[in-house]
Amino acid sequence: MEDSVLKLKDFNAFFGENKVLKNINLDIEERKVWTILGPSGCGKTTLIRCINRMHEMTPGAHTSGQIFLKEKDIFGINPVLLRRKIGMVFQRPNPFPTMSIAHNVLAGYSLNGIKLSKNERNEIVETSLKDAALWDEVKDKLSQKGTFLSGGQQQRLCIARTLAMKPEVLLLDEATSALDPVSTAKIEELIFQLKNQYTILMVTHNMQQAARVSDKTAFLFLGELIEYNDTKEIFTNPRHKKTQDYITGRFG
Amino acid sequence: MADPQIKWRKIKNDLFKGLVVFLSLLATLPLLLILFYILRQGFSSINWSFLTNLPKPVGESGGGISNAIVGTLIIVGTAAVMAIPLGVLAGIYLNEQRNSKVARYCDLAIDVLQGIPSIVIGIIIYEWVVRTMGGFSAFSGSAALALMMLPFIAKTTQETLKLVPNHLKEASLALGVPYYKTVLKVIVPAGLSGILSGAILGIARVIGETAPLLFTAFGNPFMSTELSKPMSSLPLVIFNYATSPYEDWHQLAWGASLILILIVLTLNMITKFIESRWKIQF
Repeated sequence: MEDSVLKLKDFNAFFGENKVLKNINLDIEERKVWTILGPSGCGKTTLIRCINRMHEMTPGAHTSGQIFLKEKDIFGINPVLLRRKIGMVFQRPNPFPTMSIAHNVLAGYSLNGIKLSKNERNEIVETSLKDAALWDEVKDKLSQKGTFLSGGQQQRLCIARTLAMKPEVLLLDEATSALDPVSTAKIEELIFQLKNQYTILMVTHNMQQAARVSDKTAFLFLGELIEYNDTKEIFTNPRHKKTQDYITGRFG
Repeated sequence: MADPQIKWRKIKNDLFKGLVVFLSLLATLPLLLILFYILRQGFSSINWSFLTNLPKPVGESGGGISNAIVGTLIIVGTAAVMAIPLGVLAGIYLNEQRNSKVARYCDLAIDVLQGIPSIVIGIIIYEWVVRTMGGFSAFSGSAALALMMLPFIAKTTQETLKLVPNHLKEASLALGVPYYKTVLKVIVPAGLSGILSGAILGIARVIGETAPLLFTAFGNPFMSTELSKPMSSLPLVIFNYATSPYEDWHQLAWGASLILILIVLTLNMITKFIESRWKIQF
């Protein structure tokens, strides 16, 4: 496919001797929402942590095979630069506790020592928070600490912080699993809007969520990619028995 | 409540609670007694001239300990300048590279260094610094105290940084922040209050050390601010005056003890203040 943003080719990931991802081949198109679905321990999180090269930060972790970001092998790109192009939001909200809301949004710039004018800063804070659907709730308290926000607001702050770097791909690692239903709904709505601008790859345990928000779904089982297809197809007409067993709740 | 069994349980509860409170108060009793006794003994000798005058020869009344106060500040200050940067860096290293063999070896070495008796550190510094420099000096005293502070500061830094959650580090790395900037701008600031209070507690711990100063800074009856010369300090003054046969010198020793304890108390209060004020909720 010519419009694929991310392409995994014969990709394997290991923790020491333990092979956690086996021969993954995947093409991810631009401006689509992809869900990685699968039971606990199947390697979902490892898969997306490989894409921004966070996996290799773990002692003993290594990979083989290739991942391409727009035709370029990511293992040839400096991980520091790669992570500015591939943003990641984690399972637990993790705003920087020493920084205000505005500084949290700008953290990717300030921590990297990138100088911005006051106008640029204000502009980035406002657009990022608007994109993360948080602006209206925090616009009067931008100088307060980010950790005073509620869990759902903190998570949207983390999304704003990631969007501020204008990434090409957005990785969401169970970004709503620690949140209440109202916050979850807000973030799902957000994903809907963000897919006009970004390619999104999300991991979730929540099948309803996968069905609601994603265009494509990949089913992972014990480190193997069982199948991937349009989300509708996967949920209504899975080709493999394992996929069917999982989505009908027979295991997982 | 009418049930006698529940009533009995309540009595047991109250008894236990009372016992715990009583024992906690009992544990603070020695401190209160020490403070009270030193306050009573030392208070009478403290006045403005005690703080600003130099010691007088035996037989002459009056005299102060200004040289010892200045000396303590210089010796401990120099020790802090040497030990704090090194200790904090060592603590960062121990926390960041906790899986490496070298770090585990350093960790052990720091534990052992912390256990070396202060008198032994005094002798070592005497051999290494005093003899090579050709005489007693304030600097050698600072070196001895720095050696005592170093493991304490490294350990408190390590313990503080251990509490900084890993997800902050990941958040920073995932934003494309290089590793060293992540450590310096995210991890260390998140533990700054703990590192600072550890450094101040380190100072409070060594400020009263006498043994390592006996054969290093040595003491000096005159005002000296030169690091290369012998220098007086509060613990040395207390040691010399208290072991002398003269009653009025004993008084001066009590006064100096009170000053020393007040300094230690102040440092401890500053630590508490920093911890409560700058404490970061994760």
